[in-house]
Amino acid sequence: MSHKPFALAALLAASCTVQAASDADLAAIRSQINEIKQSYEQRIAALEQKLAQAESKASKAETTATKAETTASKAEMVANEARLNVRQPQTSASAFNPEISLILSGSYTNLKQNPSERRLQGFIPSNGELMPENRSFNLGESELVIAANIDPMFRGTLRLALAPDNTLGVEEASVQTLGLGNGFNLRAGRFLSGVGYLNEMHPHEWDFSNAPLPYQAFFGNALGMDGVQARWLAPTPIFLEFGAETARAMSFPSTDETKSKNGLMSASAFVHLGGDLGISNSWRGGISYFASQPKDREYQDPLNGLNNSFSGSSRTWIADLLWKWAPNGNAKQTNLKLQGEYFRRTESGDLVYDTTTSAQQGSFRNTQSGYYAQAVYQFMPNWRVGYRHDRLSSGSANIELINNGTLTAADLPLLANFSPSRNTVMVDWSPSEFSRVRLQYAQDKTRPEATDNQIWLQYVMSLGAHGAHKF
Amino acid sequence: MNKITQYLGISLLSLLSLPAFASLNIFATVPEWGALAKEIGGDKVNIYTATTALQDPHRIEAKPSLLAQARRAQLIVATGAELEIGWLPLVIRDSGNSAIQSGQPGYFEAASQVAMREVPQVLDRANGDVHAGGNPHIHLDPRNILKIGAALTTRMGEIDASNAEIYRANFKAFASKWQAATVRWETEAIPLRGVPVLVHHSSFVYLSAWLGLKDQGALEPKPGVEPSSGHLSALLERQKTTPARMVLRAAYQSEGPSQWIAGKAGIPAVLLPFTVGGTQEAGNLFGLFDDTIQRLLKATR
Repeated sequence: MSHKPFALAALLAASCTVQAASDADLAAIRSQINEIKQSYEQRIAALEQKLAQAESKASKAETTATKAETTASKAEMVANEARLNVRQPQTSASAFNPEISLILSGSYTNLKQNPSERRLQGFIPSNGELMPENRSFNLGESELVIAANIDPMFRGTLRLALAPDNTLGVEEASVQTLGLGNGFNLRAGRFLSGVGYLNEMHPHEWDFSNAPLPYQAFFGNALGMDGVQARWLAPTPIFLEFGAETARAMSFPSTDETKSKNGLMSASAFVHLGGDLGISNSWRGGISYFASQPKDREYQDPLNGLNNSFSGSSRTWIADLLWKWAPNGNAKQTNLKLQGEYFRRTESGDLVYDTTTSAQQGSFRNTQSGYYAQAVYQFMPNWRVGYRHDRLSSGSANIELINNGTLTAADLPLLANFSPSRNTVMVDWSPSEFSRVRLQYAQDKTRPEATDNQIWLQYVMSLGAHGAHKF
Repeated sequence: MNKITQYLGISLLSLLSLPAFASLNIFATVPEWGALAKEIGGDKVNIYTATTALQDPHRIEAKPSLLAQARRAQLIVATGAELEIGWLPLVIRDSGNSAIQSGQPGYFEAASQVAMREVPQVLDRANGDVHAGGNPHIHLDPRNILKIGAALTTRMGEIDASNAEIYRANFKAFASKWQAATVRWETEAIPLRGVPVLVHHSSFVYLSAWLGLKDQGALEPKPGVEPSSGHLSALLERQKTTPARMVLRAAYQSEGPSQWIAGKAGIPAVLLPFTVGGTQEAGNLFGLFDDTIQRLLKATR
């Protein structure tokens, strides 16, 4: 377009030099200039129009693009929603199926001493299920758990233990209330008692491959209940919980072989207290009490093969403390768990010596105690190390038959005073929260004549719906 | 013994007769819902936030302190989509609080208010820690915050009818501020469109979708599985053909893996607050998005 002013200038210059030109000539030149001017103006207008058109096209393209984008994102949302909607009927058809989970475990064990000779010297055998303390390869208990909300009021749980010897045990079959209100919860059926800390934990939740010695000695690994439990959580800023249970005396230390007695056979009460200290520390402590009336509770003395039995009262106190630390409360990277429990049991009543033949009877009283303390440290994601120390004190039993000279201490060799102890170290690896492989070494001094060195290599895995774990 | 029972009885009675709580007690599982409830509730609510931005929300335990707080709550504000499956069901069950049981008005789930992304077609734990309901980190799209806020306002009004008007007014004020801020964030974030990124965990799916970031893979080989050196090397190899421009991680995630890959690939490792409190600047929901976008923009320069 730059040639337009140039052309005009040329024309002007021409008109200046031809001053003598006639009026007619001038008119002609003027009309020529006008023509040129008009034609250029038309061209400019056309170009401008073209530009405007192009511009509007471009902006249209832009809006189309943004429209396409929003349509795409809308389509994605619709697709997502559609997928949700499609999923809906499928899930609702099976939504009422209970949560099912399965726990598989097994181990390879290497023991220095013959496991059949193992005993806790000074303690009446608890006849509890022994975890695989056999040599070589052992299948652990396979646990099948089925649980669901029954209705807005109740929830039910069934926990079956499939033992390696192909027997099926009902570990737990209980119903519990859902939000009874005001902090109350009730439970009925077969369940693990709320006493202590570890008692309610199932073996797959343990930090070591076997139960601490006090649990083995006093409860036969865990105190089970066939009865009812009530819990009340106080409306306080600090965690404060009270609980009470009453049950048919089912497992050790109580007995009810005949199942012929009405009433409450054993009972427990506990109080738990807990809270946070700063953002990195949480703790829980508790005091528990369990009382029962064992009747004709028979045991076989492994040292002389005679059967003796006890009837009377059995009262156990437990104090427990749990402390967890994680930097900023984020347990994912590193964390530390400290845990300890102290048990004290007093049994008083009558002891019958050699029930099958002589059956001599006399009074019996003994106070026994024991504790364990452990630390488990996750030093990097997926890896933990732990140490546990267990110790029991059998106490000196006050046995009338020995005091009056009818028997000598040698006649009741299992009850001779001793303090069994054990030290355990472990390292475990959990690639996810559903699997764990553990290597454990224990030095077991539970009887005076031998020290057992035990090595375990164990796996514990859970599959299916796996709900929340207790603290 | 009698005296002990007497003392126990007296202390129990004194606990029971604690004064009734004047304001609505809200238990928020994660900081973003605590902050949102605060915007709506203002001084009419007491908010307890169960976790902080420095804690992995997938790895929370049913601590005694959480039980004690759930016992006193009138409303639980949870994410849902199984984010809290490891602890919340147990806390709700053991709290003995009938108002907050699932299905009751006192139990609010944010995830049911929005369209979910990454809903798995196949549920198999071989794929890692997958959530059947979809990716639960829904709060990093501000449009979701608005939808959830609207639903939460209604719910709070149902539970505490006497203050429903105030909640509605608070939310209205919040929403108009929020919409203006969203437009501002979207304008500021235009340079982020199509920027390829690596992430530590799939925490930023909703953020990426909103801002148009291009997700090029996660440092975790499978969700919830720790980054392995093999997987990181493979990502580094891929960097040659499809280079990512930055690697993102949330405040609670360990810096090691993203620092390693950032160093090797010569790209910035960007810490994002992820939720309220994740950085000093992310003091509330506005700060969370302001800081997130500023940090992303800084990494593109």
